[in-house]
Amino acid sequence: MKYTKRLDGRKFDESREMSAKVGIIKRADGSAMFCIGKTKAIAAVYGPRQLFPGFLQNPEKGLLRCYYDMTSFSVTERKRPGPNRRSVEIGMVTENALNPVVDLSKFPNTVVDIFIEIIQADAGTRCAGICAAAMALADAGVPMKDLICSISVGKVGDKIVLDLNKDEEDFEGGSTDIPVAIMARTKEITLLQLDGDIKREELIEALKVAQKGCDKIYEIQRKALKDQYEGVKDE
Amino acid sequence: MGKLLLKDREIAIPGEKLAEGMDYLPAGGTFREGEGIYASQLGLISVSGRLVKLIPLNGKYFPKKGDMIIGKIVDMGFSGWRVDFGWAFEANLSMRDATSEFVEKRADLSQYYDFGDIIAAQITHVSGSKIIDLSMRGPGLRKLQGGKLIDVTPSKVPRIIGKQGSMISMIKEKTGCNLLIGQNGVIWVSGDRDNEVLATKAILKIEKESHLDGLTDKIKELLEKK
Repeated sequence: MKYTKRLDGRKFDESREMSAKVGIIKRADGSAMFCIGKTKAIAAVYGPRQLFPGFLQNPEKGLLRCYYDMTSFSVTERKRPGPNRRSVEIGMVTENALNPVVDLSKFPNTVVDIFIEIIQADAGTRCAGICAAAMALADAGVPMKDLICSISVGKVGDKIVLDLNKDEEDFEGGSTDIPVAIMARTKEITLLQLDGDIKREELIEALKVAQKGCDKIYEIQRKALKDQYEGVKDE
Repeated sequence: MGKLLLKDREIAIPGEKLAEGMDYLPAGGTFREGEGIYASQLGLISVSGRLVKLIPLNGKYFPKKGDMIIGKIVDMGFSGWRVDFGWAFEANLSMRDATSEFVEKRADLSQYYDFGDIIAAQITHVSGSKIIDLSMRGPGLRKLQGGKLIDVTPSKVPRIIGKQGSMISMIKEKTGCNLLIGQNGVIWVSGDRDNEVLATKAILKIEKESHLDGLTDKIKELLEKK
């Protein structure tokens, strides 16, 4: 099926409007919010702190633990609160996406907990969650080699598009959703999932589009992280 | 020839390239990969000669031998206490290092330090990961009574103390308060009520604006305004 014009009038390689803020949760060691279109994610980081249950403790390096959750009011139909199969899996892939950049070798036997809460969902929640979590980790002062940027790409109808929204994900002519997370500096891919079908050449093309989107996200993350200090002016 | 990509006292985010070339050397908070030096934390860049250092703007206190900390007694054993000071693990304060008095066997330890007591102590030993030993022997190390506690970001403690203690002695002088700063970011203030409030205000202002210039004058102004 032909997809000639995007449902919300964006260009095919244009992402939704993004915004980010750091330090939104006072009692957390680090926190951040990341919004992309109608999708809003908040992340809180606690630690390094003592790890329980004790058998998980690693005397060589600390553990990164990630918890992803959607609030019951984040979607149109009320979601049953609490973890489910999907959220446990997303927590796991988020952990895997962030682990390569986080260096916890200085904090043996401890854990760094990340809590991601989706307060409004319109597709691309795991990507928004990863972006927020990366900023929250930086805000918590956890040693990191790099920052992680994440965005979804995909194929709607016959077109490669950046940052699908819910309507595009449900497009009648078929759509493929590919969440991607990329290290900002080294351009290594730390998350790549695929829901749907796509040709090899199209995937390569899609990843190029994702790279462009991630460059834009990096600028927003960078600005948000610096703004919390540079924003402090003389009173 | 090496090149510095960010200016001194500029804010860097994790993974940001700070300098290029082998002329510069990575110091605390930075690392080298290939030809470049990168930041590993969110912080302020400080360049001294060839060294590129990063002063973190946030993060938890990391225990170091010789540091003076302010902590809370959270547990009592047969021969010592456990002290919580904001790190993932509690520290040990053994009987031997806690008091110079002779203590009888099976004596009630709560007569020295009880649950919830706030103490100023020094870290004498940090082993591997878990075991941190404290000592109460040294000048100024004691149980803290009265006053109030302020929590600040540990990495901003040097700024609150100032060069050769200039900032802290100014607050002390202007408010007449008794101040004790733990390296773990806990500050004990004791004085009469109005002065305590003023000193707290000054300390929180330093914490908030620690990355800006001309802070000493601003704090001086704040303290004299009253």
